[in-house]
Amino acid sequence: MIFSCGVRGRRAAAVLFALGCLTSGLRAQEEGQLEGGGGGEDAGRVTGNVQLLWQSYAPDSLIGAVVPPEKSALNAYGNLIYTRGNFSAGMRYESYLNAVVGFPGRFKGTGVGYRFARYSDPDVGLDITLGNFYEQFGSGIVLRSYEERALGIDNALDGFRLILTPVPGVEVKALLGKQRLDFNSGLILGPGLVRAVDAQVTLNDLREEWAARDLRVTLGGNFVSRFQAGSTIAKDTLVLTLPQNVAAWSYRLGVQRGRWTGNLEYATKINDPSADNQYVYRKGEAILLDLTYAQRGFGWVLNAKTVDNMSFRSDRNVLLFDLPINYIPAITKQHTYNLAATLYPYATVVAGESSIGGEMYYTVPKETRLGGPYGTRITLNVAAANGLDTTRLEGVEGATLGFRRNSWGFGPVKFVRDVNVLLERKINSDLKLKYAYFYLEFNTLATPVTTTFKGLVYADIHVLEAQWKTAPKQSLRAEVQGLFTEQDKGDWATAILEYTWSPHWFVSVMDQYNYGNPDPGARVHYLYGAVGRTDGPHRLSVGYGKRREGIFCIGGVCRAVPASNGFEITFTSSF
Amino acid sequence: MQSLLPFLAPLRSVRSVGFVLLLSLFAWDMAAQKLPAVTLRDLNGKPVNTASLAQSGAPTLICFWATWCSPCKRELNAYMEHYAEWQKRTGVRIVAVSIDDARSSSRVAPYVSSVDWDCQVLLDPNKDFARAMQVINVPHTFLVDGKGQIVWQHNNYADGDEDEVFQQLLKYGRK
Repeated sequence: MIFSCGVRGRRAAAVLFALGCLTSGLRAQEEGQLEGGGGGEDAGRVTGNVQLLWQSYAPDSLIGAVVPPEKSALNAYGNLIYTRGNFSAGMRYESYLNAVVGFPGRFKGTGVGYRFARYSDPDVGLDITLGNFYEQFGSGIVLRSYEERALGIDNALDGFRLILTPVPGVEVKALLGKQRLDFNSGLILGPGLVRAVDAQVTLNDLREEWAARDLRVTLGGNFVSRFQAGSTIAKDTLVLTLPQNVAAWSYRLGVQRGRWTGNLEYATKINDPSADNQYVYRKGEAILLDLTYAQRGFGWVLNAKTVDNMSFRSDRNVLLFDLPINYIPAITKQHTYNLAATLYPYATVVAGESSIGGEMYYTVPKETRLGGPYGTRITLNVAAANGLDTTRLEGVEGATLGFRRNSWGFGPVKFVRDVNVLLERKINSDLKLKYAYFYLEFNTLATPVTTTFKGLVYADIHVLEAQWKTAPKQSLRAEVQGLFTEQDKGDWATAILEYTWSPHWFVSVMDQYNYGNPDPGARVHYLYGAVGRTDGPHRLSVGYGKRREGIFCIGGVCRAVPASNGFEITFTSSF
Repeated sequence: MQSLLPFLAPLRSVRSVGFVLLLSLFAWDMAAQKLPAVTLRDLNGKPVNTASLAQSGAPTLICFWATWCSPCKRELNAYMEHYAEWQKRTGVRIVAVSIDDARSSSRVAPYVSSVDWDCQVLLDPNKDFARAMQVINVPHTFLVDGKGQIVWQHNNYADGDEDEVFQQLLKYGRK
């Protein structure tokens, strides 16, 4: 089925097959050279990886499964990096034949999606990159280019980057480029030009007598400018000129002393009417604070964040995942248990929100009544976010500025409340138990993760997990989860069984059952099974079953994935 | 000139394939991998050049992980149960590289302290080191021998994998 996709498909498959063959060849070569005591260093070295994801799609009217006309899809990637001394060059070959369901459907064809050449000499503090690169300034609130391949998110810059370290403790970055927008048999860039500089100074590294001090202080600042050809738009009775140059900048401070660490960043953006903010000219602002305390057996973190009109893109007219210049992390924890992670995942409301959260970790010492023979681990996590505290403006001011923010604090509209606790206890050398509870209030109007309910969802989630060592190198892991809510799709239950034979084999089966759906016809079992083998850096898995419609999130970024039914084969390999 | 572009398009793909094959030729001549040089920060904010992570004469285990990755935490917790013995027998040093981004990187230090990992922890918030090491998913573990060469790697974690790690450490560890 893969090879029914035309000449381009065969060519891409051949290249990726060659890369796969190379993998085993390289390993043999490595082992041979090691046994022979190494050698050949002058020729430089090549590293790489290969990743394949193939899915088939069968009709399933019960779950509303999506069946594209081609009935199968393939995403494939091959990365190579060649390094010799201070020089490196690399590329990523990508294939979408066609893109798997849930990925941006406009990703098409095969070609090079990323390539770069870099010279980096740490001895003289010089680092130059031409071509594609990823970069982050501070927390990323003003600039972050990054890739989440599993979500199809890639806003790599394409241009020129210079990093200088003139003296120890001082780092200056300058870059100029356009961002990746799309892929159609090759890289397609967005229209905007990004120009940026960042400087960071670690005071302790400036003078020898400061290096050993307990107090460590880091200061940083950056300036990012976007150019996009301007025009005018009509709004109400006004004709507005769209600025061609938009600027954003931030200042940051990091302080560390003993068990305490604090990070503060303040960011501003001006002159950026865009589709995200309904083309208003008001200033964007953000403030982020992290405070942590860590000692043996105990630690906590406090996060506070207010963002106001800080969506910043290299094309003012695009939305959602396209061309973000910056990254605004979500306040909530990225959950790992299926029902907590995929039904109501929170993502920052980029138009504006005020939020606070924290997490505490404590290990109850072993040989105590609560700790038991091995100690008991407790994790408590809290997150809350509301809309901004604002006053709507009228008339011309309303058309050009939208609203006025009254404070940095919470406004009246609740976006999310997420309180959860995790208890972990080792019962004996063969058995570990975990229990997790989540309380969730989730505004589906602020974060539209479902089409079947608009408003606040109140949910309780309980999870029980057991891990049992059944034999040497063999283990059974079982999870039972329940989500209970009166809203949206009602109650859910999930059961997972996973058996592993270390270090190579695993088999797993998962059933998600929407037994409480108000529509009796939608009370469906989503049964999915998989078997896989890992051999060092190579991993192959084959799965079959129903994939639920849901939200797939990584690192605070989420994408809606429609329901589907069929086979899934994944292969990853690094060399 | 414009009208020629559609005819040139297939050549672009041919060039891409050629580029891959050219790079592949280098691969047949390659030496065993060494650690790439990327500057990361430790939990005290001090810069660390990753090329210097390898120990002279003893192995180093580099484990990519994240606070949101359950198998990663199971893996490192399992290694820590054996770390003192592994160090005694093989001289190994473990380096845990977190790929948590700005959303969760502030959770790394308190988590690590609470579970008492007695190893070096580095932050790789934009995956620069992970990318240079060709890491696709976490957990991904690399064993670097006493000559600074990557001699073994493993993607994924299942209970009992620590036995294989120990066998590898004995193979490449301090004799």
